[in-house]
Amino acid sequence: MVWVNDVIQGILVGGLYALFACGLSLMFGVMKVINLAHGDLAIIGGYIAVGVIAVTHIPVLWSFVIVVPLMAVLGYVLQRTVIQAALDRSILTTLLVTFGLSVVIENALLEFVNANSHSLGVNDAIITSSFSIGSQISIAYLLLLIFVVAVVVLTGLQYFLSRSRYGRMIRAVADDREAAQLSGIDYRHVFGIAAAIAFATVALAGIAYGMYSQFSPTTGTDTILLFAFAAVVIGGLGSLWGTLLGGVVLGVSQAIGAQISGSDEFLAGYIVFLAVLVLRPQGLIARRATS
Amino acid sequence: MSEQGPSEPKGRGDAWTEERGTSDEGRRRLESGPEASEENRAPLLEIRELTVHHGQLRALDHVSLRVFPGEVYAIIGANGAGKSTLLRTIAGLHQPTEGSIQYDGQDVTRIRPERRAISGIVMVPEGRRLFGSLTVEENLQVGATYARKGPWTIERVYELFSWMKDRRAQRTEQLSGGEQQSVAIGRALVANPRVLLLDELSLGLAPVVVQRIYGMLPEILATGLTVLLVEQDVSQALRVASHLQCLLEGHTTLEGRPSDVTPAQVEAAYFGLAPAGGGPGSPPVIGGPGGYGGAGSPPVIGGPGGYGGAGSPPVIGGGLGGVVPPEETEH
Repeated sequence: MVWVNDVIQGILVGGLYALFACGLSLMFGVMKVINLAHGDLAIIGGYIAVGVIAVTHIPVLWSFVIVVPLMAVLGYVLQRTVIQAALDRSILTTLLVTFGLSVVIENALLEFVNANSHSLGVNDAIITSSFSIGSQISIAYLLLLIFVVAVVVLTGLQYFLSRSRYGRMIRAVADDREAAQLSGIDYRHVFGIAAAIAFATVALAGIAYGMYSQFSPTTGTDTILLFAFAAVVIGGLGSLWGTLLGGVVLGVSQAIGAQISGSDEFLAGYIVFLAVLVLRPQGLIARRATS
Repeated sequence: MSEQGPSEPKGRGDAWTEERGTSDEGRRRLESGPEASEENRAPLLEIRELTVHHGQLRALDHVSLRVFPGEVYAIIGANGAGKSTLLRTIAGLHQPTEGSIQYDGQDVTRIRPERRAISGIVMVPEGRRLFGSLTVEENLQVGATYARKGPWTIERVYELFSWMKDRRAQRTEQLSGGEQQSVAIGRALVANPRVLLLDELSLGLAPVVVQRIYGMLPEILATGLTVLLVEQDVSQALRVASHLQCLLEGHTTLEGRPSDVTPAQVEAAYFGLAPAGGGPGSPPVIGGPGGYGGAGSPPVIGGPGGYGGAGSPPVIGGGLGGVVPPEETEH
């Protein structure tokens, strides 16, 4: 029964990891940008939520109404300026530029916010309470909510990409941006939209993480980015359902590792990550869906 | 060497009339348009002294051309002559180092490629360049995203290529080369271009397929668009063109209506030989009367009756033979 509980907890945490990973996967799938600042952007989302709540006193759960659009706009602007300028030079440059962005964000946060840990809504009942199934299984409402949000976001994104006009344009640009130009599509604008979506999802992930745990200016790179990478690699780049599967596999292996020994939690996750990289480098679900 | 198989010998000037859609308005414009218009009508597309560099390499060197409405303007030339560079520069994918591109009276030299596409300059790129992970229909939908108003719709494209509708849900990766080329043409058409740029339609396709695709051109032209095409397959270009321009290493070496140039001139311009004399000893060989093109011993036009044996210049195309009166090549 302990193991069943572990698996369930792992699956639910996997929703959070998938939420982290899908923006990373989208930006790679569409513009071949590996965004090393992805984790820091999630943390920025968390800090913006802290600020928004302090100023407006809206409930924690509703902070996304302000934070997500803000981050989407930031995504569009960053893509059209800094990241596009890097892309115009080479893919390698984007790696350097997003790494630089990550360093700048981290240090700016240390400078202007301080190094203390923050979290969101510790006094909110829905965030701290849980329900039980039997005597051994206890499920936190928050984790369940995050998992549901992750599934809704991934489903919505999948639907958007496969059915909508802009989704079709995003896939076309991901396939062949020059041919898309010949059809009158400004790929830079489409890239901006893809980045806006990616930043919106990472903002959601940042808020979710802030409620689930604590964050400080360095959490972005030492935790979130690594988990997002692991989820993407395990699931398979460019596949949204693969991302969910990757997050779940990572979450379950961490939960099982923690059960074996408290210090093995993260180690177990990374062992699975390495095993997938060696045995099935294309990921559990091979690239297809998004691009 | 391109072998056209058992195609009928065709007169160059009236090649269109033997194709499909003979009673269409487009053909009439084609016949009367370019000839009558050069003085009193403005060109739809005018390239002035265009020079394009790829790094250090000068791919185009002061090339000029004027395309009038309703024309089929063919650019021919060997590999590396700068044909594709010219077309890509007109589409906006390369920036010229010198010269200008006028479209419909406006200077579009510095305009971004997507703006040019929306204004009506639409290219079918070399190698098809379809969106491989998208279905046939989605490819057409992308082409129609910023379409101008006009006669072409996705339905109309399905009518033009009858096989396409049944397979519209397939990914384009699963189609044959000729089918992909058709989808690429359809994707360009649904944008309702005024100038359609066709870059090497024949590349990598079997001659029969090439003929079938070029056979669609009259029907496409009948809707009132202008075509600027680049072709390595000279005989195919000659068959459809109302105006011809030959490039060699970035320079224009020949220009005129197909009926005004001799095969010898085309040959000389294509390979950069000395101006063709047509006399014994330097026989420019242009095709054979249908089917003989690749036979290895093509009849020599303009030579003293003999056969092109070992050491004779390469044969250009086929299917043209029999149409050039001997006296035309004798001067």
